Amino acid sequence: MSLEKIGDPHKTKHWMGHMECDYSYTHGIAGEKFFKELKENARIMGTKCKKCGFIYVLPRLFCERCFERLDEWVEASKRGEVHTYTVAHIDVDGNKLKEPIIWAMVKIDKVHGGMVHRLGEVDPKDVKIGMRVEAVFKDKKERTGSMLDIKYFKPVG
Amino acid sequence: MFVKKRVAVVGAGLTLFRRNLKETGRELAYEATKMALDSAGLNLKDIECVTLGTAPDAFDGIHMKGENLLDGAGAWRKPYSRVFVGGGTGVFVANSGWWHVASGLFDTCLVVAEEKMSSCFPHPQYAFTTIFDPIVDRPLGMNLVWIFALEMHRYMHVHGIKKEQIALVSVKNKRNALDHPCAQLPAKITVEDVLNSEVMVWPVQRLDISPTSDGAAALVLASEDVAKKITDDPVWIDGVGWCIDSTYWTNRDLYYPEYVECAARMAYKMAGIKNPPKEIDVAEPYDPFDYKELHHMEGLLLCGKGEAPKLTEEGVTQRDGDLPINPSGGLLGVGNPIAAAGLMKICEIFWQLRGEAGKRQVPGDPRTGLAQAWGDLMQYGSVIVMRS
Amino acid sequence: MSAKIKKYPGEAIKTEDLRKGRVPVIRWKPKAKYAWSVGVAMSRFLKELKNGRIIARKCRKCGRILVPPRMFCELCFRSTDEWVYVKDTGVVNTYSISYLAADARRLKEPIIVAVIELDGASKGIGIFHHLGEVKKEAVKFGMKVKAVWKPPEERTGAITDIKYFKPAEV
Repeated sequence: MSLEKIGDPHKTKHWMGHMECDYSYTHGIAGEKFFKELKENARIMGTKCKKCGFIYVLPRLFCERCFERLDEWVEASKRGEVHTYTVAHIDVDGNKLKEPIIWAMVKIDKVHGGMVHRLGEVDPKDVKIGMRVEAVFKDKKERTGSMLDIKYFKPVG
Repeated sequence: MFVKKRVAVVGAGLTLFRRNLKETGRELAYEATKMALDSAGLNLKDIECVTLGTAPDAFDGIHMKGENLLDGAGAWRKPYSRVFVGGGTGVFVANSGWWHVASGLFDTCLVVAEEKMSSCFPHPQYAFTTIFDPIVDRPLGMNLVWIFALEMHRYMHVHGIKKEQIALVSVKNKRNALDHPCAQLPAKITVEDVLNSEVMVWPVQRLDISPTSDGAAALVLASEDVAKKITDDPVWIDGVGWCIDSTYWTNRDLYYPEYVECAARMAYKMAGIKNPPKEIDVAEPYDPFDYKELHHMEGLLLCGKGEAPKLTEEGVTQRDGDLPINPSGGLLGVGNPIAAAGLMKICEIFWQLRGEAGKRQVPGDPRTGLAQAWGDLMQYGSVIVMRS
Repeated sequence: MSAKIKKYPGEAIKTEDLRKGRVPVIRWKPKAKYAWSVGVAMSRFLKELKNGRIIARKCRKCGRILVPPRMFCELCFRSTDEWVYVKDTGVVNTYSISYLAADARRLKEPIIVAVIELDGASKGIGIFHHLGEVKKEAVKFGMKVKAVWKPPEERTGAITDIKYFKPAEV
């Protein structure tokens, strides 16, 4: 290939642009129920697969293992343990955060799975894998039916 | 050519096609896949691999859409891949399912297609802008309907075709869709309705175009020995073809889809078809616009160049004609969730060849059927030939 | 459809329900910005547009003169060989009259867009652009057109340095 050698970077052009779209994602059939319970009753719900014996959090319409439709809803515990965690010092755009944020995968008690959320009321250096934590909810009037209705998970004894 | 195992379609599933569906993409994929499995009397553990087709991530707004949908497609901890060739995906994903089984590597395969275009605001059209070249096309404010209008206009000009002739396709397909339980826009319209509808991009008017839609479809494929145990009436995939043309679409004459002919020849050769108009009993060519049905009929060698409008005028392409085209109602009548639309056509051929199409059934016991999809920047053709 | 199936899955909702929050949704607007490398051929193409000229690449094997220019010929699968200037005049290969903007907004005054085969490029080799200074009824297939450029001080090295193509005086 007769590549033309271009030594001066100003001679190569870049075309600037952006891709703009606005999205509205439906929660879906299972998601709608989950977020409704979160908003109205501060409850974490899961769906149970009778065949496989799993209770899924976050709940889904069907079991990915056996493909059965799941219509049994159960309340899950608000407690769990830190399965793994990380401490973020920069935000999504790469800017330094004022305060570091602790992100954890919290395994909820007695169900299959859990959720990724923030840890609060704890110093990053005190976080341990296996640490027991509990969900702290916003006041009802501030809840909108989103994952942020849970403010964070805090350590419990 | 050497094919290790003959491949059959043994089950099919389809969701409603609507402008907006509440289900997430994953849930839509599940509904179609579960229906396909149930129709074949199979469980997920009977499935050895999954192939999924879905079009630009920009519609659903979730990148790595294939990964997001896999649970719904039954692919948890299975060999899995996602294919994407724009609008051609719906038939190409079935082609990819074919080679999974024909190679001898797997005995069963799930083929799934899903699209959820409703997530994109202000309109899914806007997500399409991201497919155009950012340097020479986008700055001119390019819109997808513009480029199809350019193709339609060129086709009309080269063959001297009038809008009235093309409008007959929209009338036929929307009427056929009245008998399809999943159809989004079935209607009894006339040629005058089409000619009086809003001009979007001349010569394209509102009733010339299929809608944007949410929906999913699925097939179960099986190798010969396994298929015969599952059902008495497997539908064999006897020919597959696919082809792509240059992305420099301004460097091609748009009046004829060379790439569709290329894909069709590949499929016909494999299926041993020498005289397509005589040997194909029913066909579902891709019809996102009414002129495309005509354009593709010619590319599929079902008639000579410029002859498709005449066949339509003479009623040859009606359900009770000599060459029924789009008995389902096509994209114009049933809907256009990009990838799922093509697979919907294969579901239709499956049901037609088994005599299970109910009110849409083409008479005369059709034995050989064809489905075709078209995609990307007017450049991709995928074809499948099926026999019962 | 298999006549055995009674109910098809899917819960339809209205676009209005989504926009007005009657169906709960998560809203998100990505802010992805891009700096696309235009590449060797297009770097020159855009530079020449700033100078009021259109440049192409020639493949000696198939003899095609290609616009937009490219450093390899996709037909012969080899490097293209030389730069060739083409004219800023041509003929209309196909055109359409649009009442739709890029985001599907309706336009009161239509935009006329076309594929223009440029003089000097090979047959069938064209570019996409707008037509201007012409009534929509007057546009014809095969019509001769000429580029209308922005004044030199307004050009930036973009396809829009050409404002549109207008009918050429015969």
